[in-house]
Amino acid sequence: MPSITLAHLHPGDTATIVAIHAEEALHQRLLALGFRSGKQIELIRKASFSGPVQVRVGTTDVLLRRNEAAKITVCKI
Amino acid sequence: MKRIALLGMPNTGKSTLFNRMTGGAARVGNWPGITVELLSGRILLGSDMVEIIDLPGIYDLHGFSDDEQVVRHFLHDNVPDLALVILNATQIERQMSLLLQLKQLNMNIVVLLNMADEAKKYGITIDSRKMTELLDMPIFLLSGKYGTGYQEALQAITKALRYPTPGMAEQLRSQLEQDEHIESEMARVLKHSVQVPAQLPENLTDKLDRVMLHPWLGLPIFFGIMYLLFQAIFLLGQPLQGWVSGALGWLRETALDPALAGAPAWLSGLLLDGAYNGVATVAAFVPIIILFFLFMAMVEDSGYLSRAAFLMDALMAKMGLDGRGFVMLLMGFGCNVPALMGTRVMRSRSLRLLTMLVIPFSLCSARLQVFVFITAALFSPSAAPVVLFSLYLFSFAAAIVTALLFRKNFQNNEPFVLELPPYRFPTVRQMLLRGWLEVKHFLRRATQFIVAGVILVWLLTHLPASAVPASADTLAGMIGSALHPIFAPIGINEQLTIALIFGFVAKEIVIGSLAVIYGMSGDALGTTLGQQLDWVQAYSFMLFTLIYTPCLSAIATLRSEAKNMGYTLFVLSWSLLLAWGVSFAFYQGARALGY
Repeated sequence: MPSITLAHLHPGDTATIVAIHAEEALHQRLLALGFRSGKQIELIRKASFSGPVQVRVGTTDVLLRRNEAAKITVCKI
Repeated sequence: MKRIALLGMPNTGKSTLFNRMTGGAARVGNWPGITVELLSGRILLGSDMVEIIDLPGIYDLHGFSDDEQVVRHFLHDNVPDLALVILNATQIERQMSLLLQLKQLNMNIVVLLNMADEAKKYGITIDSRKMTELLDMPIFLLSGKYGTGYQEALQAITKALRYPTPGMAEQLRSQLEQDEHIESEMARVLKHSVQVPAQLPENLTDKLDRVMLHPWLGLPIFFGIMYLLFQAIFLLGQPLQGWVSGALGWLRETALDPALAGAPAWLSGLLLDGAYNGVATVAAFVPIIILFFLFMAMVEDSGYLSRAAFLMDALMAKMGLDGRGFVMLLMGFGCNVPALMGTRVMRSRSLRLLTMLVIPFSLCSARLQVFVFITAALFSPSAAPVVLFSLYLFSFAAAIVTALLFRKNFQNNEPFVLELPPYRFPTVRQMLLRGWLEVKHFLRRATQFIVAGVILVWLLTHLPASAVPASADTLAGMIGSALHPIFAPIGINEQLTIALIFGFVAKEIVIGSLAVIYGMSGDALGTTLGQQLDWVQAYSFMLFTLIYTPCLSAIATLRSEAKNMGYTLFVLSWSLLLAWGVSFAFYQGARALGY
């Protein structure tokens, strides 16, 4: 199955994180929030006006902007 | 004295626990990164006094934010006798990484898995005994909110403090770069001691969010909630304000006037018309302020502010800010000072400076007092709440215009990543504690600034002794007429000018000094203002008060946070310029239209 980024997912989609392509500072923050390759991630909702997305990794809900979401490649389940 | 440091990720209930341990002093808020200063408290544990320090919440020991640096520096320079690590039990599967980082530092550690009540609801089971065995440190489940498990934890802390600190490795940094080891260790411990359901059961938060974060309804609901809250504060607070002001007037008539009847006229004038009238007029607002902060505490602790960040981020991005900046503006409604300090969670300096440039336009509770007083004096009871709400809109407008004008100078590409906590409802105890802290805060300001301010105003309006009080021949009159060319075009008279000068120190003094200048307090002052000013002048005065500058404490905070005098002066002069411009446009425009 081809990899897409987190920004491509639709509300309700579940995927597996394949890789995170972010600079060091952001990468570390994402790691601390539970983003790791191989982990399951669910897109809960997208804000209107191209606003941030809400995702769930494990038991943590996280908001991030779409251009940050585009740095995370996922594989849709 | 032995020292205990409280450590944990943001939003684990660290501050709530700190308050429980020390009996209150830290602000509690359901917002990642709210602890912005190092708070400490002293308590008696066993037979010894122990100092507890609440460190800012951090994600990572080697992170890049200011808060993470603060913690690193603190641990490096003040090795605690015990690190009390607080983890959110519902997020144990990822928060354990911080614990393992700390374990490598070879410190004396006791672990508290907080929010055990929430974890249970999610169906997460944690075997704390097994975990204690695997990690070789004492681990306890507790609920800081309700206090369950608290006593056992305290006993363990007391016991752990008896042993000496093993001493921390010198090179913190080199110790910290062993993430791979941490990963496998984490997997090992979690596998044996924690069970998390694959899919979280749908809970109240999910249901509420489906409405509150609805693509189209979310924003209207947000503004609706804000409008209703402010209406409620106004409707509930005004009768209370009337009673307090009546009681303070009665106290003066029945006790203070007779007591000072024999004193020289200048002394009773200074004490009663100066200090007492000034402070009493300000004190009448205490009930409104308490109500205001009770509501604020509810909103902050509920987790709704992070939702506001989600809803507003797209619009804030167009102004060069982000969703967190919007939350800081909302927090600024309480007081600008903690909102300014809250920008420490931002890593990009330009984003921080731009956010700190707009926060002072946030209509804080001290300015609210001025507006409540003046709208009540000049507008009908049905129009007053609408007028007040319009000032909140102006407050947002000033922030938006400023951000749009200057975003080019403060460009940044800071990523926006924010945790969304579940909704939580503060207990009555938490809310009462918060209300009490605000009263204490007000009393401290009252003793520091307000008394000195109103006495100074009294002196300015009564010296030289030959002049008729508050006339053009007094010092205040001279200052007022010297500044007249600046303030006349915006409809602000000499008396109001004096009040504005003192409002620079603290906005609470504005009403207090008007009371002194006019020699009246409460309702009588309102009536006089109503006769002397028309609504156009009053509104222009309120616009100027809203925009021209926050108080002296906010300016001092701005300077210490930005560490740059040039920037601080720029913020000050821009707000003065904007205030004058807006008042001028409003006043001259309204007059030209025939009002």
